Amino acid sequence: MQPILQALNVRKAYAQHVALDGVSLDIPERSIFGLLGPNGAGKTSLIRIITQITGADAGEIRIRGEKLAPRHIAEIGYLPEERGLYKKMKVGEQLLYLARLKGLTRTDATQRIKTWLQRLDIAAWAEKNVEDLSKGMQQKVQFIATVLHEPGIIILDEPFSGFDPINANLIKDEILALREKGATIIFSTHRMESVEEMCDNIALINRSRKVLDGTVGDIRNTFRTQTYAVEGRGRLMVVHPDFEVIEHHERENGHFYDVIRLHAGATPNDLLRYLIGNVEVHAFRELIPSINDIFIRRVRETMPETILEGEPVH
Amino acid sequence: MDKMFLIFQREYLTRVRKKSFLIMSLVGPLLTVALFAVPVLIAKMSDSGKVVAISDAGGLFQTLPENNGDLRFTRVSADLPTAKAEFKKTKYDALLHVPKLDLTNPGGFQVFSRKGLGLSLENDVRRAVEGAVENQRLSQAGIDRATLDKMKVKVELQTISLSDEGERSSSTGASTGVAYICGFLIYMFIFIYGIQIMRGVMEEKTNRIVEVVISSVKPFQLMMGKVLGIAAVGFTQLALWVLLSVGISSVMAGSVSPDKMVEARVNRTAATTTATLSTDTPQEKAAKKDTNVAAKMTTALRAANLNVPLLVGCFLFYFLGGYLFYGALFGAIGAAVDNETDTQQFMLPVTMPLILTIIVSQAVLTTNPNGTVAFWMSMIPLTSPIAMMMRLPFGGVPLWQLGLSMVLLIGGFMAAIWVAARIYRVGILMYGKKITYGELSKWLFYKG
Repeated sequence: MQPILQALNVRKAYAQHVALDGVSLDIPERSIFGLLGPNGAGKTSLIRIITQITGADAGEIRIRGEKLAPRHIAEIGYLPEERGLYKKMKVGEQLLYLARLKGLTRTDATQRIKTWLQRLDIAAWAEKNVEDLSKGMQQKVQFIATVLHEPGIIILDEPFSGFDPINANLIKDEILALREKGATIIFSTHRMESVEEMCDNIALINRSRKVLDGTVGDIRNTFRTQTYAVEGRGRLMVVHPDFEVIEHHERENGHFYDVIRLHAGATPNDLLRYLIGNVEVHAFRELIPSINDIFIRRVRETMPETILEGEPVH
Repeated sequence: MDKMFLIFQREYLTRVRKKSFLIMSLVGPLLTVALFAVPVLIAKMSDSGKVVAISDAGGLFQTLPENNGDLRFTRVSADLPTAKAEFKKTKYDALLHVPKLDLTNPGGFQVFSRKGLGLSLENDVRRAVEGAVENQRLSQAGIDRATLDKMKVKVELQTISLSDEGERSSSTGASTGVAYICGFLIYMFIFIYGIQIMRGVMEEKTNRIVEVVISSVKPFQLMMGKVLGIAAVGFTQLALWVLLSVGISSVMAGSVSPDKMVEARVNRTAATTTATLSTDTPQEKAAKKDTNVAAKMTTALRAANLNVPLLVGCFLFYFLGGYLFYGALFGAIGAAVDNETDTQQFMLPVTMPLILTIIVSQAVLTTNPNGTVAFWMSMIPLTSPIAMMMRLPFGGVPLWQLGLSMVLLIGGFMAAIWVAARIYRVGILMYGKKITYGELSKWLFYKG
């Protein structure tokens, strides 16, 4: 299937530094795509190229196979990291204005605004000035402004910053509902753990270059470490041809918590069989690396210099 | 085009609906009326008049000098110590002591006062002494004052401009007046409302909504919509002011119309003159002079034979054009900076040509309205709104010059908007960075 959005060898340089260096991405339709990387990696630069705020120096963006053009503006909804609205404008008027800038007719826009305000439970505030709203409510208004024109591609830069947990969940549900309706969602964030369970696909960007991309499942598979956490009671042999104990923690009453890595060729079932024969097993699970861990590992492998400099990778 | 109109609409409506707009619209005309009414009222109140006592030891003043407006003279003892004592008891404003005089080389005049004289009173007293000395010398030389007065002559010139369209009588004085009024109106309006445009352009940045807006519309559309929208607000306010000012002043006309004021002054002076038993009535003369001046002005304006429809049309054009052009430049400043404190360094070069035009206007524009400098100043968009408006009342501006100047101004406006849009677009990406001129020029050619 043709990706809804493609970046081909995109390069963008500012006066002092290179923000994007030959970045290519395929974003499948109706997926939730995570564009991940530390601050300053180039995520926002890429988004600004997609939203046509700025242009690429080289390479191109394609939407459904077509070269990016001004008419694609209406197909994209963008929630920038810098949140803001006209403070002295009423919520309803403001949404109407922003929707009409995206090309909606007055009647359509009014209808949709009404529906959305009710959905997110802020209909009572439609006639209030934005500055009278709480920050959370302003975020809701901004989210509505992003999706009001029913864009096929929704780009959310640091989507959950500024939301309290309740509202963050509310917005998560709305995002999933939008995907059900056919939208493609792009998350851009440096807080990888906040989106990894929602994403189908991710791309990791560091220092203006893509270091890794693919489906979350594939990536996790590739980066499996054959490490298992075991809890139980009894005494565990430390030396064994099939595995080694990396960590060993004694708990009271003969309980233990161990981290065990399998040697090549051994399966988890081999380990489990051994354990059952020797100790009382309370818990057994694979330790799957988080995207954050994978990112750090990958950066260490491919660009060790960025780690040595003490770059905060988080 | 649609989006530009949307932006225009928002900029206009949000501003016009503000309470501050309503208040300014109401207070503005009151201030304008007050600006004219207060000096009149103050003049009405401070009519007290000053009295100068003369201690004439030298016998200079055979007759007392003529009362001059609010200034009166009275005679006290010729002996200085007695006069001083007398002066202390009275409420006279000053005491003039005339010593024994040598008419060929008069000197030694002294003026005593309680709190210092003030420049105008000092001048009046000096003039009175000089007049008296002059009179004495005339009579010594055997010349009658009246004869001398008869010999003085005053000539009025009728100025006629000889152009291709034939002879037109013109009045340099009236033209200069019209030129200055037009020039200053444009100047003030640009200054007051240009700043508003600058603030308006910074609005998206301070509200941090700029990325959403710029991902929906082109910066050029945004700039054009904003400048036109805020300009329309300015014009709405101006129109309201004119209407309300006319309304208020016609209501107040009953008490402060010029005719009635002259009448009132004449009545009052009549009363004071009877009280002081003075023989001449200078205030009445002054009042009559006022009416004369008014009449003279109307005749001068008529004599100037101004092409009124052309002037009004051009005034509206240059008023609008100059405002929009400078509005776009101020917009460009707003686009370059994040907050108002950073605007200063960019303000000066923009406002400089405007201030310069006013400064050189007397030397170049009104004295030589069709000279080379005047020509160039009325072509360059930075100076043309004021310069051309100052040339036009004198006549003789060829149509091609007028046309070219207008085209250049419109072109300048479009170019300024384009520049502002470029700067704006790149400026977004430079949050929080201090901007230099070098940086700015790079932004213009940035292919972003």
